[in-house]
Amino acid sequence: MTEPLLQIRDLEIAFKTQNGIVQAVRGVNLDLGAGETLAIVGESGSGKSTTATSIINLLPGTGHITGGSIRFDGRELTSLSRKEMENIRGREIGFVPQDPMSNLNPVWSIGFQVEEAVRANGIATGRKEVKKRAIEVLKEAGLADADRRMKQYPHQFSGGMRQRVLIGMGLAANPKLLIADEPTSALDVTVQRVILDHLESLTQELGTAVIFITHDLGLAAERAKHLVVMYKGRIVEAGPSVEILQNPQHPYTKRLVAAAPSLASRRIQSADAQLAELEVSTQTGTVDFDLVAAAAGRAELKAKQGPRPNAIEVDDVTKVFKIRQGSGRAVDFTAVDKMSFAVEKGTTTAIVGESGSGKSTIARMLLGLETITSGDIRVDGESLAGLDNKGLFKLRRKMQPVFQDPYGSLNPLQSIGNIIGEPLDVHKVGDSKSRRNRVNELLDQVSLPKAMFGRYPNELSGGQRQRVAIARALALKPEIIVLDEAVSALDVLVQAQVLQLLAELQEELELTYLFITHDLAVVRVIADNVCVMEQGKLVEAATTDEVFGNPKMEYTQRLLDAIPGSGIKMGL
Amino acid sequence: MLGFLARRLGINALLVVLATSLAYVVASGVMDPGARYRLLSPPLSPAAIAGKLAEIGADPREPVLSRLVVWARGIIFEGNLGRGLTGQNITQEIFGRAGTSLRLLVIGSLLAAIVGIGLGVWGAVRQYRLSDQVVGVLSFVVFATPTFVIAILLMIAATALNSVLGSQFLEFTGEGGEAGQTGLALVGDRIGHLVLPTLVLVLIGAASYSRVQRSAMLDVLSAEYIRTARAKGLRRGQAIWRHGVRVAIIPMSTFLAYSLGTLIAGSAAIEIVFSWNGVGRYLVSSIGQGDINAIAGGTAFISVVLLVAASLSDVLFGLLDPRVRGTR
Repeated sequence: MTEPLLQIRDLEIAFKTQNGIVQAVRGVNLDLGAGETLAIVGESGSGKSTTATSIINLLPGTGHITGGSIRFDGRELTSLSRKEMENIRGREIGFVPQDPMSNLNPVWSIGFQVEEAVRANGIATGRKEVKKRAIEVLKEAGLADADRRMKQYPHQFSGGMRQRVLIGMGLAANPKLLIADEPTSALDVTVQRVILDHLESLTQELGTAVIFITHDLGLAAERAKHLVVMYKGRIVEAGPSVEILQNPQHPYTKRLVAAAPSLASRRIQSADAQLAELEVSTQTGTVDFDLVAAAAGRAELKAKQGPRPNAIEVDDVTKVFKIRQGSGRAVDFTAVDKMSFAVEKGTTTAIVGESGSGKSTIARMLLGLETITSGDIRVDGESLAGLDNKGLFKLRRKMQPVFQDPYGSLNPLQSIGNIIGEPLDVHKVGDSKSRRNRVNELLDQVSLPKAMFGRYPNELSGGQRQRVAIARALALKPEIIVLDEAVSALDVLVQAQVLQLLAELQEELELTYLFITHDLAVVRVIADNVCVMEQGKLVEAATTDEVFGNPKMEYTQRLLDAIPGSGIKMGL
Repeated sequence: MLGFLARRLGINALLVVLATSLAYVVASGVMDPGARYRLLSPPLSPAAIAGKLAEIGADPREPVLSRLVVWARGIIFEGNLGRGLTGQNITQEIFGRAGTSLRLLVIGSLLAAIVGIGLGVWGAVRQYRLSDQVVGVLSFVVFATPTFVIAILLMIAATALNSVLGSQFLEFTGEGGEAGQTGLALVGDRIGHLVLPTLVLVLIGAASYSRVQRSAMLDVLSAEYIRTARAKGLRRGQAIWRHGVRVAIIPMSTFLAYSLGTLIAGSAAIEIVFSWNGVGRYLVSSIGQGDINAIAGGTAFISVVLLVAASLSDVLFGLLDPRVRGTR
C-alpha cells in the first residue's frame, strides 16, 4: 500500500500560558489519501483548528508542536526550516480561513491580494501574466465579473464574495491539499450552500484533497466521506460519515448528534409518531435537554391557552436609508418595506432571512436604536413613533436586547457583576446592596456560579458570555427580549444549552421573544411563529409548523433546503 | 475629496482665528506691558506710559475686545501683526525666524516619525525580547526627562566627542557659524549646527511615537489577514511589511500631526538652549516681556503650522486607507 498524502502520528501541541503549559492536542492520528475529503468536527477548544493549522506551522501565539510527526507527500513537515515551509504553503497546501471579514487586508485591493498569492507561489511571472492568472483564479472561484472588480477593496465586497476570493487564493496554485477552516460558518445558509457546492466541484476537478474543519455535524457529513470527531484535544471517534451519524459510539458524539438542531428539526417532521416517546424519555431524568420535546410541549401548552394580547405590533413599517455615493450624492435604499406583523405576549416570533434582508433593521427600530421612516411600531399598545428620549428610556425597562457577538457586546474592562448590574445603575433601581443581590439572583437564573461576579469577560467561554448577556437583559425584569442572532456564534452544544435556558426563562417569566436569525434550524425548536423576509419585504408569515411543513414561497423552500445535513437520515 | 479639503480649510481658518484671539485676550488679561516703562529712570508719568502703549495698540485704558478688533483689522487690511513693545514689526520678526524654526521642526519631526515608526515596528516584531524591553525602558526615560536636560546632556557629550576627535564639527550655539558662507562649506556648517538640536527633537518625538507604533503594530500582527498572507506562501518579511506595517501606520498619520504640538513646545526649549534665533525663543521672550501683540502673533504662527500639519495628515490618512476614500 502506498503512503497516504497526509499522515499525522501521535501529534501533540501545547500552548504556553501564564499558568503554565496547556496541552491543546493530545496524540492525534490522521490519514488522508490524495483527492479525499475529511472533516474534523468538534466544539471550539476541541483542538480541531489547532491540528489543522499545525500542518502548515501557522499556530497562533505561543502554540508549538511538542511531539509526533506530520508527513506530507513523503516529507516530514515538523522539522522543516521556515523557508522550506514557506515554499510548501500556498504551493502544495492551500488554506481557506474562517472569517471572510477579517482575513482580507482592508487596505489592499482584491486584485493586489490575489496577484500576491499568484506571484508568491511562482505560478506566473511578469505583470500581465500575473494579472491574467489572478483574474482566472477569481473566475474559477465564482466571481464572474472579476476583471472589473480587481481594483476594488474588501469593504466593497459582500461576505460571500470575500469568501470566494479567499477560496480562490487558497486554490491559486493548485495545491495537493486544501485546509478549509470553517470556510462558511460566517455566511448565510443559502450562500453557504452555493459556496460549498462550488468548492466541492473545484476540488474534485483539480483532484485536491480537502480537510474540512467545522462545528456543524450536518455540514461535515454532507461534505465529507470521512469524519473525525475531536473532543478536548483527542480524537474520540473516526470513520465513514454516515456510519458515525447513524450509529455514534462515543458519548460525546452521541450528544453532538442529539444536540445538532439542524438534524433534530428534520427528525420532528419525519417521525411525528416518536414525539410522545421522546417526551417521556426527557421526563425520566436524562440530563440532556431535548429541544424537540420542548418545542412540542410548548405547542401543546399554547394550544390550551388560546389567544393572548399582542406585546408587539408592527404596522406598515418602512425604513429608508440614505446611502452616500462617492460623488457626494445620496441614494435612497429601502431596508424595510411596508412590513406588518404582531407578536403575542409570552410567545416567540422568529424573523428569518438572508443577510441584507432587513431583519436586523426591524429589531433596531423596535429597540428605538433606529428611527422609523413611516408606519408605526406599538409595544404594549404604546406607539414608538412619537416617543421622546424620556419615553424611550422608560420603554427600555420593558424591552431589552441580546446581541449576536458575545465577545463584542461585553465591555472587557468591567467585571461580570458590574456588566449585569449596569442596567440597574442606569435606571436607578434599588440601592447598591439590593442591586448586588439582584445580580446574584440573575447569575443563578442563567446557571452561572456566583463566583463569576468578580471575573472578567475574557476569562469566560462564548456560551458563558452569552449567558451573561442574557442576565444583563433580564436585570430590569423586561417583558420583551429582542434576540439578534443571539445563538448564531455559538457551538451546537452550547447553542442547545442557551436555547434551553431561553425556553425555561420564557416559561418562568412569561417573556416575549423576538428572535432574529438566519438559522432556520434554530427557529424550528424555539419559535412559535415565523416571519420570512426577503429584500425588506415580508414574504411569508405563519406558525412554525406551517412554514416548515408546507412552505408557500419558493424563497422559503430554498432557505429550508439549504440547512446542512437536511438530506441525511438520522439514527439515534 | 476637493469638497472635503475645502471644508477642512474653512474649519482650520476658523480655528486659527479662535486660537489667536484667545491668546490675545488671555495675554491682555494677565500681562502688564507697561511694567518695562515704570522701571525707567527718570520715571515716566502714567499718562506718558499709556501714550507709549497706545502707539502700539496696547493702551490699558481701552477695553480688551476693542484693542483686539483694532489689531485684527491690521492683520486683515494691512497684513501685519502689529508692533511689539520696542516698536519692532512683528510680522518681520516672525517671518525672519520662521525659516530657522521650520528647518528644525520639519527635519526633526520627519526624522522622529521615521525613527519612531521603525523602533515601534521592530519592538513589536521582537515583543518581550531583551531588545524590545531595552528600547521600551529607554523611551520612557527620554519621555520623562525635560527637553532642556536632554539638550544639555547632549551638549556635554558633544564637547567630549569634539575634543576626542580634535575637530569642532558638532556645533551647539546658533544656527550657523563662521566656517563657511557659500557653497559646500555653508551646507556643512549648517548641518554641523543642526545635528544636536535635531537629535534632541528626534529623541523626544521618537520616544512617544515608538510606543504608539509598537502597540498599533502588535494589534495588526495578531490580525487574521497576516496569517492568511503567510498561508498564501508569502515570506515572513513580506507579510510583516506589506500587510503589517502598511496597516499599522494608518493611525500614526493622525497621531503624528496632533503630537506636533509637543514637538513645537520642545523646539522652543531647544532654541533657547542652543541659542537659535527661532519663533519659539521669540515667543518665550515675548511672554517674559509681556508683549501682547508678539504673543498673539507667535500663537497665530504656531496654530497655522499645526493646522497645516493636521490637514496634511487628513490627506495622508485618506491616501493610506481606502475605506475612508469614498465616504468623504
